[in-house]
Amino acid sequence: MVEEKYEKYYVPDQSIWPIIGAVALFLIAVGAGNFVIETTRDKSGYGFYTLMAGFVLLLIMLTGWFKNQIDESMSGLYSAQLGRSYRQGMAWFIFSEVMFFAAFFGALFYARTISIPWLGGASNNASTNEVLWNGFEATWPLLVTPADAITTGEASTKAMPWTGLPLINTALLLASSVTLHYAHVGLEKVKRTQLMVLLGATIVLGCIFVFLQVQEYVHAYVDLGLKLDSGVYGNTFFLLTGFHGMHVTLGTIILMVLFGRCWKGHFTPKEHFAFQAGSWYWHFVDVVWVMLFFFVYIL
Amino acid sequence: MSTETLNDAHDSPDGHDAHHDHHIPKGILRWLFTTNHKDIGTLYLWFAFIMFLIGGAMAMVIRAELFQPGLQIVDPHFFNQMTTVHGLIMVFGAVMPAFTGLANWMIPMMIGAPDMALPRMNNWSFYILPFAFIILLSSLFMDGGGPAFGWTFYAPLSTQYSGDSTALFVFSVHIMGISSIMGAINVVVTILNMRAPGMTYMKMPLFVWTWLITAFLLIAVMPVLAGAVTMVLTDKFFGTSFFNAAGGGDPVMFQHIFWFFGHPEVYIMILPAFGIISAIVPTFSRKRLFGYASMVYATASIALLSFIVWAHHMFTTGMPVAAEMFFMFATMLISVPTGVKVFNWVATMWRGSLTFEVPMMFAIAFIVLFTIGGLSGLMLAITPADFQYHDTYFVVAHFHYVLVTGALFSIMAAVYYWLPKWTGKMFDITLGKWHFWCSLISVNVLFFPMHFVGLAGMPRRIPDYALQFADFNKWISIGGFAFGLSQLIFLALIIKACRKIGEPVSDQVWEGAEGLEWEVPSPAPYHTFSTPPLIK
Repeated sequence: MVEEKYEKYYVPDQSIWPIIGAVALFLIAVGAGNFVIETTRDKSGYGFYTLMAGFVLLLIMLTGWFKNQIDESMSGLYSAQLGRSYRQGMAWFIFSEVMFFAAFFGALFYARTISIPWLGGASNNASTNEVLWNGFEATWPLLVTPADAITTGEASTKAMPWTGLPLINTALLLASSVTLHYAHVGLEKVKRTQLMVLLGATIVLGCIFVFLQVQEYVHAYVDLGLKLDSGVYGNTFFLLTGFHGMHVTLGTIILMVLFGRCWKGHFTPKEHFAFQAGSWYWHFVDVVWVMLFFFVYIL
Repeated sequence: MSTETLNDAHDSPDGHDAHHDHHIPKGILRWLFTTNHKDIGTLYLWFAFIMFLIGGAMAMVIRAELFQPGLQIVDPHFFNQMTTVHGLIMVFGAVMPAFTGLANWMIPMMIGAPDMALPRMNNWSFYILPFAFIILLSSLFMDGGGPAFGWTFYAPLSTQYSGDSTALFVFSVHIMGISSIMGAINVVVTILNMRAPGMTYMKMPLFVWTWLITAFLLIAVMPVLAGAVTMVLTDKFFGTSFFNAAGGGDPVMFQHIFWFFGHPEVYIMILPAFGIISAIVPTFSRKRLFGYASMVYATASIALLSFIVWAHHMFTTGMPVAAEMFFMFATMLISVPTGVKVFNWVATMWRGSLTFEVPMMFAIAFIVLFTIGGLSGLMLAITPADFQYHDTYFVVAHFHYVLVTGALFSIMAAVYYWLPKWTGKMFDITLGKWHFWCSLISVNVLFFPMHFVGLAGMPRRIPDYALQFADFNKWISIGGFAFGLSQLIFLALIIKACRKIGEPVSDQVWEGAEGLEWEVPSPAPYHTFSTPPLIK
């Protein structure tokens, strides 16, 4: 029926899921906004519950939407051209994520190379240092903030070393990229055991990473006194590693879903966009960590 | 979609197939659940128009207060909320969604695609927007009022001197950003992957080219905006000091991050306009566009340069002289590709068989008035001169010339140009001409004198002013009210067109029009190009 030379591009019929997704994001935005106000200003309200309702609705939407897509894909509605749309879409999404992290890396670089040296009197800012932040010295990691310098004169925090947990975490995450790659190879060469074992190993490595990251935060808060509000060093440390950790968590969940789908035999050696997308995402998260490890921990 | 609809789709290659139309769903659910690029385009355009009227009403409040010196109608805090939300609505709620609506309607038809590449995500991108603006607008009614720190939300205004509703502002910007990024991904993937066989890159209409580059800019910078609002949130509520010197940060860092987003953002709001003008001018000149390839390269150059000019918004923040020089020269460089464009439009008209239908009138007004805005931009780019102009009404005049008589006029030109294709009926030409002349005259009464009061030193974002600016401000306000009322003519015209009142039009609609969208019937069927046409 369909012309042979052109594989028809699948244009889905009406769908209920997108608008449910929009309502979910609405609840998340309203809930998060009110939750932030209520927790930091000691007010009572429904922010937290709204936020949670939003997340639940988002989860329902994602499940329903993906179920539709999996059914369509399994019934052979998708063409090679549609596969390219999905791959390109995922690639551009990852590019947008790169730019999101770029904003925080930009803040880190700006603080280290411009704002802290200037507060310390560099360039033509000698009088700023003398008059406003007398005694402040530009250092990195910034342990004595300008505010500390003119009050106690003592460091309010200690630096997070790159050895120990961060180094172990780096090894774990790099290893997980390798295991995921060979799981992918297993999928393409129809070696089911290799696929399942290595994908399972990647998930375990991801979980251990998140667990150790939590341990590191506890260590930072309890032993080092390094907190989210410990000046720009703590700010960049927690926001960069925090957003990265959220991405690892999301990536692990994606890999778990993929594990279930591999179990059910959804993927063929040729057609496994979801696996490819999840794998790209994981490698991207890994690259971000390597950047973090150098610029946040070591240098 | 079921397999039956897939199988019965014997569309002829040119898309002249109406039998799909009996699948059009009925009622409100058609619009809520739609995956059709034309439906979603219509939704975007209506949303943009409604936001344009709301944002315009806020501008009326501003102009009413500024009608005479002294504080008379609103209190200064509310005035600040009006300037802030007016800017946010016009940028994120009116201009950007209007362009996205046009992209949705036209790009698949222009490249011979059956729909956008990711139709369900397309619906999601749209429906996030009304919710985001419900949050933003309702924050005006919270304790302490809504955002009052300018659309640029500079720290410390947004971090230390703002109300608690800032948290809602932040999350509403977050979901607007999600919407824009998904919309942009859809446009990029559609253009890269959905072109009909034979539609090579250098055969694409310029509207498609400019949107491809715009979408790239959106994906690159909207996440940076998300980063900026996140840092504002943590600075305000969680004790971080990204933008606070006491903790080692710097308020100027906010401006760097914001304008790294903000400058590409202003090109996001003008590049699709270039595409529209490049479609309209050849049609009514009955000539091919002069210098097609140079237009493509000029657009790409403008986009690339937009990433290295951001600090020209910050000449007075005390940057090192070397940085001021770099950003000055990089900015002035942009006038070269922009000049290429203006030259090409004029050269296209040169010795053409010109006629002056409503879209062409708006396009010509665009070329003249956008150029005025571009030239005042060149003045602002000169660092030492900017020390005088910075934060005055001269800046307000500049960006309203590029955004109102630039972006907005191009959107109106586009609506007049493609409206007959959408409805199948010619719009009310008399009303269209009334709309054009009323808008053209009032918009210049509104914005041109702002140059003079700005050069004389009147600061922007101030509810009161010195007596010597009184006469000019009276005229500016009169122009403003007239421009606002003129848009009601447009509203009437659009409502009439949507009710399909008017003379039926041919497939080509306009005598000199060329391109795939003019080969499908008018009105364009619900599904076009289910099988791609062959482009020779």
